[in-house]
Amino acid sequence: MSGIARLPARPRVRAAGLLVLADGTTFEGETIGHRAPGGAPTTGEVVFNTVLTGYQEVITDPSYAGQVICFTCPHIGNYGVAPDDDESRRPFCRGVIVRELSERPSNWRAAESLDDFLDRHRVPGLAGVDTRRLTRHIRTAGAMPCAFGAVEGEGALDPADIAAAAREAPGTEGVDLVAEVTTSAPYRYEPANGAGPEGGAQGLSVVAYDFGIKRNILRHLSAMAAVEVVPASTPAAEVLARRPDGVFLSNGPGDPAAVAGAAGTVAALLGEVPVFGICLGHQLLGAALGGRTYKLKFGHHGGNHPVRRMADGAVEITSQNHNYALADGTVPGADVTHVNLNDGVVEGIACRDAPAFGVQYHPEAGPGPHDARYLFERFRSLMTGAR
Amino acid sequence: MPRRDDLKSILVIGSGPIVIGQACEFDYSGTQACRVLGAEGYRVILANSNPATIMTDPDFADRTYVEPLTVEVLTAIIERESPDAVLPTLGGQTALNLAMQLHERGVLRRCGTEMIGASATAIATAENRERFKDAMTGIGLAVPDSGFAHTFGEAVGVAERIGFPLIVRPSYILGGAGTGIATDMASFTDIAAGGLDASPVSEILIERSIAGWKEYELEVMRDRADNCVVICSIENFDPMGVHTGDSITVAPAQTLSDVEFQQMRDAAFACIRRIGVETGGSNIQFAIDPASGEMVVIEMNPRVSRSSALASKATGFPIAKIAARLAVGYTLDEIVNDITRATPASFEPAIDYVVTKLPRWAFEKFPGIPDVLGTRMQSVGEAMAIGRTFAESLQKGLRSLETGRFGLGCDPAESSFDAWSDDELVRHAAVATPDRPFQLAAALLRGVSVERLHRATGVDPWFLDQLERIVDERGHLASIGSAAGMRRADWRRAKRLGFADAQLAWLWNAAEEEVRAARLAAGVRATMKTVDTCAAEFEARTPYHYSTYEDTDEVSDSDRPKVIILGSGPNRIGQGVEFDYCCVQASFALRAAGFETVMVNCNPETVSTDYDTSDRLYFEPVTWEDVANVIDVESATGDVVGVIVSLGGQTPLKLAGLLRSGLVLGTSPDSIDLAEDRERWSALCDRLGIPQPAGGMALSAEAAAAVADRVGYPALVRPSYVLGGRAMEIVYDGADLRRAMKEMAASGSLGREGGLAAQRPVLIDRFLEDAVEVDVDAVRDATGAMLIGAVMEHVEEAGVHSGDSACVIPPPTLDAETIATIEGHTRAIADALDVRGPINVQYAVQGGGQRSGGERGDPVVGSAGGAPRVFVIEANPRASRTVPFVSKATGVPLAKVAARVIAGATLDELRAEGLLRPPVAGGHVSVKEAVLPFSRFPDADTLLGPEMRSTGEVMGIDASFGLAFAKSQAAAGDELPGAGTVFWSLADRDKDAGLRVAMRLVQLGFSIAATSGTAAHLRAAGVPVETVVAKVGEESGVDAVELIRSGQVSMVVNTPRGRGPRADGAHIRRAASAHRIACLTTVAAARAAVAGIADRGDRPFAVRSLQEYHAVEQLPLA
Ligand SMILES: Nc1ncnc2c1ncn2[C@@H]1O[C@H](COP(=O)(O)OP(=O)(O)O)[C@@H](O)[C@H]1O
Ligand SMILES: Nc1ncnc2c1ncn2[C@@H]1O[C@H](COP(=O)(O)OP(=O)(O)O)[C@@H](O)[C@H]1O
Ligand SMILES: [Mg+2]
Ligand SMILES: [Mg+2]
Repeated sequence: MSGIARLPARPRVRAAGLLVLADGTTFEGETIGHRAPGGAPTTGEVVFNTVLTGYQEVITDPSYAGQVICFTCPHIGNYGVAPDDDESRRPFCRGVIVRELSERPSNWRAAESLDDFLDRHRVPGLAGVDTRRLTRHIRTAGAMPCAFGAVEGEGALDPADIAAAAREAPGTEGVDLVAEVTTSAPYRYEPANGAGPEGGAQGLSVVAYDFGIKRNILRHLSAMAAVEVVPASTPAAEVLARRPDGVFLSNGPGDPAAVAGAAGTVAALLGEVPVFGICLGHQLLGAALGGRTYKLKFGHHGGNHPVRRMADGAVEITSQNHNYALADGTVPGADVTHVNLNDGVVEGIACRDAPAFGVQYHPEAGPGPHDARYLFERFRSLMTGAR
Repeated sequence: MPRRDDLKSILVIGSGPIVIGQACEFDYSGTQACRVLGAEGYRVILANSNPATIMTDPDFADRTYVEPLTVEVLTAIIERESPDAVLPTLGGQTALNLAMQLHERGVLRRCGTEMIGASATAIATAENRERFKDAMTGIGLAVPDSGFAHTFGEAVGVAERIGFPLIVRPSYILGGAGTGIATDMASFTDIAAGGLDASPVSEILIERSIAGWKEYELEVMRDRADNCVVICSIENFDPMGVHTGDSITVAPAQTLSDVEFQQMRDAAFACIRRIGVETGGSNIQFAIDPASGEMVVIEMNPRVSRSSALASKATGFPIAKIAARLAVGYTLDEIVNDITRATPASFEPAIDYVVTKLPRWAFEKFPGIPDVLGTRMQSVGEAMAIGRTFAESLQKGLRSLETGRFGLGCDPAESSFDAWSDDELVRHAAVATPDRPFQLAAALLRGVSVERLHRATGVDPWFLDQLERIVDERGHLASIGSAAGMRRADWRRAKRLGFADAQLAWLWNAAEEEVRAARLAAGVRATMKTVDTCAAEFEARTPYHYSTYEDTDEVSDSDRPKVIILGSGPNRIGQGVEFDYCCVQASFALRAAGFETVMVNCNPETVSTDYDTSDRLYFEPVTWEDVANVIDVESATGDVVGVIVSLGGQTPLKLAGLLRSGLVLGTSPDSIDLAEDRERWSALCDRLGIPQPAGGMALSAEAAAAVADRVGYPALVRPSYVLGGRAMEIVYDGADLRRAMKEMAASGSLGREGGLAAQRPVLIDRFLEDAVEVDVDAVRDATGAMLIGAVMEHVEEAGVHSGDSACVIPPPTLDAETIATIEGHTRAIADALDVRGPINVQYAVQGGGQRSGGERGDPVVGSAGGAPRVFVIEANPRASRTVPFVSKATGVPLAKVAARVIAGATLDELRAEGLLRPPVAGGHVSVKEAVLPFSRFPDADTLLGPEMRSTGEVMGIDASFGLAFAKSQAAAGDELPGAGTVFWSLADRDKDAGLRVAMRLVQLGFSIAATSGTAAHLRAAGVPVETVVAKVGEESGVDAVELIRSGQVSMVVNTPRGRGPRADGAHIRRAASAHRIACLTTVAAARAAVAGIADRGDRPFAVRSLQEYHAVEQLPLA
């Protein structure tokens, strides 16, 4: 008997809602998820994500801190929410915009409905929105701040206030969102269900910088090494003092240029220990090598981006989630190892004179294809090789 | 890796006639392949026996062989053309199996022809269920516990080991033929025996049944560089146990978490790599236990399939086109995505809508066949619908099917389950039938819980929840009570759930037009979105649209004059690929003439719904509301010249009267009605002095009886406004007539089609016995100039539906006078109807008697003497089923000419342009033969009648009628025997005519077996009869069925005894079809067969391409 038996439908009354973008464009919808009585409009940078499956992983990915996620896939919530699929301790995104929210999830693993999950984690959202129109607008006008809220029922907001909030909402440029999501204190990652040989076959140890790290990355790392997770602000010296076999630079939200001191820290690690960076971590690695980062018009958020592996020309279908990228040809000491086939964006670099590499996309998947898992193997061999 | 330059010429094998399980999706894939390979500069050689297909249009290949798809014939083609490669992965199971045989017989090696797309080993590993299972377990993928058997004994052993329930699945089969689920040893013995019979290699897989699990399919592509992508995931609404082809299927998969989906994706890649499909598309089926998530692999098709056509239409990613490029060496990243023109094909489409495919069945045409769905595919066509939500796409899909429903209920047919208690309703819904979605809705409407329905049916709770939302909304709408009470938000919510205005009109008993008007007044109108493969992430260059209810449109303005072409909807018996051929040809011709063409259709199998066939494609139901939406949007974005309703069969023709006046191009709606309306039509024929069978019209059984008494029996009864002789019957007396009338008035399938109503009276005609049927296809232009495309003589006499009888160009037995009369009548009718475009007229010619003898030119014998009398049966001012056949026989692009004429051109102009060339004179004879689905319905009587039951057609072309007929039979799957015993059992009225035919067979060295009566008659006339067969209940003589089973009989001739006890004949015919022995049910067919046998002798068929036949100066037969 599938999920449903445990999940009686709980149709909730939905109030008419309104989404307004910074440029004044408006969209009608109805409120879902958390609704703070008399609350102010929810604000954030609206981005679209094209995954067909994996909404839960996306919503719980800390890299979305400061952002409102618009799912292009019309039906969201179909298979509910399963604790095992959380990518972090809670969602950090500001809100969720969907065309259709399933009230009655169906999956044997489902523990609760997405609606309840959002409510529990105080994440507001809108349903019934013409998400395709919104996506096309972002595609042409670029990712931008937005505001939304209920315009009906108790605590209803004045559309004018929502519009004002949208105009005033800050973007992500220059904002250090990592501080919001990183762990406050170092901790040792213990794989749930005890997966992965403690410290891996060779008893390796890895220190992972938490800029907003996803659990699936930790799962992969812990399958090959003992993993110590440290706050984003941890000085390089402190990390090296732990004598790790490798240092991992995690994914994370927002503008790499705004992450206080991170580039310097990474620079200090290079050459001392093998380094592997994913997403924000990859951008910081590039920055440490003197590379320049820039903001893409609307970023890459989805599970179907084709990436060319320069080494052998093979194509990897990748999971992506970033608004910033390394500017091509600006990273002195590194080779470009991966390129996005859709738009030529740099997707991977390898340091020429130090055991360090990074990829812009997400080899750990969660959600998305598994095509690039081999990169964790590469990190392992760098570490064993460096011994 | 670039294009392979070592290849110069490539043989593409088509899939032959449309049959259940293999329909025009392979015309779509084959056409794409031919276009791509041609564009790549290869010399394309095409072999396909199906003249109705677009791919066999001579423009699509350098050499087009419309020849039987047999190993012998293909060998001849390969020897003649010595192609460098053969591409077998785009022609369905037929092409795959043929390629395998060509490989096994060493033909490919001998002729230096390479198999591209898939290797023989890959095909063998995927198709042989045993090797496939080993391969899967070898790479750690789970498969249901199973065992193989080659004998019945083995089978029982395996069954005892695994335990029940069990499913039996033969190797190398198509559409689940011979499969079945057995719950106990009793049912198992039949199914196992049937399965061993169905498998060409008599091997069956006996497998633990996992009926009730969730069923999924992934469409996967792989290139030479080992790049793999998933194009589309498809989830079945009906769980395991109902064949995918008979299931409602949904894309993308809706109830898989990313964890489960990625696991399935990994498995699919492991599978395609293990099987070794190096380039191209494959379809891999999975099942998941809803309770535990356990996943197993069901099967893999190492070729493009029905589902890949669906996936292509669902995503905008042209799988067949890409597969063809991959087969000649390209890699995915070297191919540009047609739709974005900016990104490569090496990606996985992201879609932002829901696609639902619904099958269409034809059970109503096979009385006595239960409409229960199982692991054997039985549907004859399908419709696909696109919406932003599942609810919307499901309701759009239901109305696309044209079964009289406009969505999930809210129509008269709703009440069909009222008599059942809740328990009965749930019990019925538990058995999969075409009614299931409606039964589920009815149950939900009564408040039966989703949980209970899930337990009873296995349908996923998520889908049931979606149905419940539709049902709840219906309640809400009913409570609102009228269009007046609807606020904008109400309209928007209802339309977003897919409700048709027609449903609301029924709910509120208002007129559909009023509902539409009120809705538009409230500011709620359809918005057109785009299918773009990327969920709007990139700009789409291809205007492939669907309607939904959102904020904004995406249709761009255009400056060229636009012509909207209405397609023919889902394939069904009586309306198939022929009409798609006409619509596609029209689109090509009109584009070439500078028009912008706009296609509206909802059939995912077709070429017409390929996004680059027309300038714009609307994947929409062909109903008034949906068409009106398209007309509105197109008028708002440019200049619409008009709408073409006469090329898509009856579907668009029915809309002619409803469209804004002046919008219909070509023949006027009034003329269309004049031809369809029995009274007006008869009056016209009288005025023109063209004889018609005596007849009349009736709305009641009494009235019908009166008409029948006036015209006399036997009489023919049928409803008006239907295609394919639907529910048409020959009645022999009053009682018969009353029964027929009752059936027609009754609800059930025909009720859905409209039942009896003032607009749909019953027609009663005198049935013309022993008449030769003739079809004429012609085109008339505005100046009154006429083009007679062809006069076709049918082999079977009138009474066998024109769609089910073989027909011949040029007429083999009609004399010049009769042909002149027929052409004269056709001209007169076309003039009277002021036809501006295509017209098809059917005639029955009585007397003249050339046929009643053994061979042509024989002295007249029997009743049918005297001068021939020509009766007109019907005229359809639209393109007919035979248009593509005529084009292929004569080289005249009839559909293109018709389309241009509809759009205002004159025949003279088209001659001047060179589009219209004179028909190829003589030199060859063309025979079109129908292909019937009886092997799918073993219990159906194979007897032919006025109700059409064929699903497809084949064509035979050769120097003589006999040879062409022999080819047509071979192409249809029953090779005429060269020797052996022919078993005769004739109705009294056929006995004289049968004599000479039997005599001829004896002269040709056949021996004769016959049932007692027939035997006596033959012997009396001096025909030696070796075996006398007993009729049912007779003691003496061998048993008919035994004789057939014994394999001694090489052909059966069995003609019905009027309406008398058919039992006897029926079981003979059934036995013949079960043992795949040619079975002829008319003397006419037998006569033709004998001509074929005589002309062919023991020579192999000579092959020749259409291009050669159409070449102005005729070459001698190679
Ligand atoms: N083990 C099984 N238990 C129950 N149903 C099954 C099983 N295997 C197959 N089926 C059903 O039979 C259908 C036809 O089987 P399949 O192997 O796909 O034949 P085909 O080659 O005709 O597609 C499937 O679509 C599925 O619904
Ligand atoms: N009066 C008649 N006498 C003998 N056969 C007839 C007569 N009318 C129709 N038929 C047979 O019935 C078939 C179907 O009739 P038709 O009017 O062509 O219906 P449809 O519109 O389905 O083609 C014809 O092809 C012909 O064989
Ligand atoms: Mg199958
Ligand atoms: Mg007809």
